[in-house]
Amino acid sequence: MTAVGPPCSSESSFMSPSMNAFLSEYDHMTWLKYIYDRTVHIMSKRKSREKHLTVGECVSQVQRVLRERFCHQRLPDKPVGLESQYKHLLELLRRTAVHGESNSVLIIGPRGSGKTMLLRCALRELLELQEVKTNILQVHLSGLLQTDDRIALREITRQLQLENVVGDKVFGSFAENLVFLLDALKKGDKSSSRPVFFILDEFDLFAHHKNQTLLYNLLDVSQSAQAPVAVVGLTCRLDVLELLEKRVKSRFSHRQIHLLSSLTISQYRDAFRAELTLQDDFPDSKFSQEWNLDISKLCEDKSVDEILQKHYNSSKDFRSLHSLLLLAVSRVSVSSPTLRAVDLLEASRMSSADSKGNILHGLSILELCLIISMKHLNDIYEGEPFNFQMVHNEFKKFLQRKSHSIHNFEKPVVFK
Amino acid sequence: MAGAALRCPGCPEDKLQTLTEDLTCREAQAGTLLTLMGEPDQYSYPSVFIYGHRASGKSHVLLTLLSQLQLPHAAVSCVECVSAGLMFEQVLSALFGADAASLLPRAPSLSDFVRIYRQACVQHPAQHTRYIVVERAELLRDMEANLLPALLRLQELVDDNVTVFLLSEIVWEKFRPNTGCFEPLLLHFPDYTKAELLHILSRDTHPSYTPELYSSYINILLGVFYSVCRDLRELRHLAALNFSKFCEPMERGEARESDTHKLWRNIEPHLKKAMQSVYLREVSSVQWEEQQQMDEKEATALRGLSAHAHVELPYYSKFLLIAAYLASYNPARTDRRFFLKHHGKMKKTNFLKKHEKTSNHLLGPKPFPLDRLLAIFYSVVDSRVAPTASVFSQISSLVTLQLLTQVGHSDQLDSPKYKCAVSLDFILAIS
Repeated sequence: MTAVGPPCSSESSFMSPSMNAFLSEYDHMTWLKYIYDRTVHIMSKRKSREKHLTVGECVSQVQRVLRERFCHQRLPDKPVGLESQYKHLLELLRRTAVHGESNSVLIIGPRGSGKTMLLRCALRELLELQEVKTNILQVHLSGLLQTDDRIALREITRQLQLENVVGDKVFGSFAENLVFLLDALKKGDKSSSRPVFFILDEFDLFAHHKNQTLLYNLLDVSQSAQAPVAVVGLTCRLDVLELLEKRVKSRFSHRQIHLLSSLTISQYRDAFRAELTLQDDFPDSKFSQEWNLDISKLCEDKSVDEILQKHYNSSKDFRSLHSLLLLAVSRVSVSSPTLRAVDLLEASRMSSADSKGNILHGLSILELCLIISMKHLNDIYEGEPFNFQMVHNEFKKFLQRKSHSIHNFEKPVVFK
Repeated sequence: MAGAALRCPGCPEDKLQTLTEDLTCREAQAGTLLTLMGEPDQYSYPSVFIYGHRASGKSHVLLTLLSQLQLPHAAVSCVECVSAGLMFEQVLSALFGADAASLLPRAPSLSDFVRIYRQACVQHPAQHTRYIVVERAELLRDMEANLLPALLRLQELVDDNVTVFLLSEIVWEKFRPNTGCFEPLLLHFPDYTKAELLHILSRDTHPSYTPELYSSYINILLGVFYSVCRDLRELRHLAALNFSKFCEPMERGEARESDTHKLWRNIEPHLKKAMQSVYLREVSSVQWEEQQQMDEKEATALRGLSAHAHVELPYYSKFLLIAAYLASYNPARTDRRFFLKHHGKMKKTNFLKKHEKTSNHLLGPKPFPLDRLLAIFYSVVDSRVAPTASVFSQISSLVTLQLLTQVGHSDQLDSPKYKCAVSLDFILAIS
């Protein structure tokens, strides 16, 4: 337990400027070995302590990798189970980027179904093309942040780095900005100007803006032959088209990509396994092999399967799986370097705890008595509302009849 | 209590030792928090929601952890932040220093906050997870609708290693916005058990007495108060107030420390009295202490706040109020029987009235029109009263004194309706 410290300090020692001088004194072979050491992340110079350090460090590495996966939502290499949608979106975006075609599309799916992930994957693949990389402009807007059109417009001008932006300050009034922006977009045509991707996160919130000016203008540009733009909206509301005004709706291309989670339980199990498995680029191959072996053993465990089944029944999205796994993985430490079924069980118990029951558990006896008398009232009068007077009366009856003046409190005390 | 419960990779042992001492009876929760936070340079979950009763040590545990381990954090309380802008300013200045906060425009929107946060992040890239602690998070729901969902996914929005802790007494189900949001991890702080309360309360001992005596005193205190109150702060307050009374027999030499039974007999009625006065804040704690010093006076000889409820009213106002009370708590169909018939039957009707009143009392006052009030008023007052301007102005002044309330503000002059808003004890005192 004492030998856990090093990773931070070792990281910083890599960064130190004296390292280069230090290296130059070594011959080529030691340098190679040093590089090897660095990649394997084994920092100890003494053989005797190596084994012990590795465990601590490996655990910390595992935590780092998995935490990044669960919390920070690192992109996977390929979207799982969404191949057709991915192809569709990629093709659409590619046409805008390469051929200068204006498009609009809505990605619709429940929370945690991987909308942002899908889009980011598509953008990442698109940006790998050399001609696209230098060519396109991206504007990211979120309905949570840009709560009205004025703010959104400022953000657009800022992100496009247009002429009336100095530093990150935007000049001009709302109307000026809009006219300026529209002019800039209108002046362009298919062949010459750079394509712009507008990515609207929480699209349904943009539909609540006054007159939907922003949406109207964006979709209008995409509809008429002006600068090539692609408007991609992400939303979790299925009825989002009903929110749009008629003129806005008519300009929208009605392309929708639905991400309805179609995971079966076996796919869910596979996802569970895949989420926990370490990749090949993990520094210590021996540890990662052991870890992966443990994980596949864990997947066959009966109790783990029950937990997964329960979670699958309550929700199929990845986020709840992630939060479950994070709770489990955070219990992995040096003293217990593998993930056990007990950890999962504990995590599942924590995430499915009944919060109202918990709160109820902390009440004093008097408060519980009052709740019981409220329950009585509710049973007798079937859903009629009641006030303190009635509850107190019921409580007094209880005192007279059953309990023998133990809980005989004054009325103000009961009231409090 | 178990000292070795806290452990965390990446933070020194001696600090953990002091932490363990600070966080008695909260080792399990602190341990969970530590494992959730992980090593300082690793990513942590975007948002954690902590709920539990009042004074169950939520903010104490979290803030001690953060400050002892010297993690960069910003603690804001929603009570102080009346607008979102204040909160943004506090967060930015706590995380990045005052110059970042000064970049905020005059009425900052969330967009500005996120933009400046991103800028500051580029200048000071995160080596450690940054933490934002939001206390009394239930008030977030009353602020802008976008604030809570945005805070929950702040990590994604600002693209920094940041974790938001929300502390509240209300369960998460009451927070969820209707279009859904990023679900935080839920963490419950259970209430202290009786043994834990005993342990915590006996830690602050009196210098001139032994700790055993103090803990036995706490034991008695809990015996009286535990079934009513489990709030640690309240109990600690009560313990501090009443301890001097507990020690009196020893100072006078009537009892020794070992005479627990005698001490108990002495203090118990006193504590029971305290429940009716100090606990309800009828007698302020300063008054309570003064009383104990004077001692010859009875403990509740001082009239509390609620005993001051008696108000001196003019003659007709009293009758008006009584009439209003009768109108509020009696059904209109019995008016004829009670108020019109000759006076010989008054005694009998009074009895009947009382009988009906108790059942009606439960449902609260009913509204009545002004005409009915005046009719009852004339039948209650024995002499002839002219309906002068002063009688009517007295009615409206009763409304401003909040003894009557006007119901349904539809019409001011034409048949306004009133309710009587005073209790039975008050009316009995007047009549």
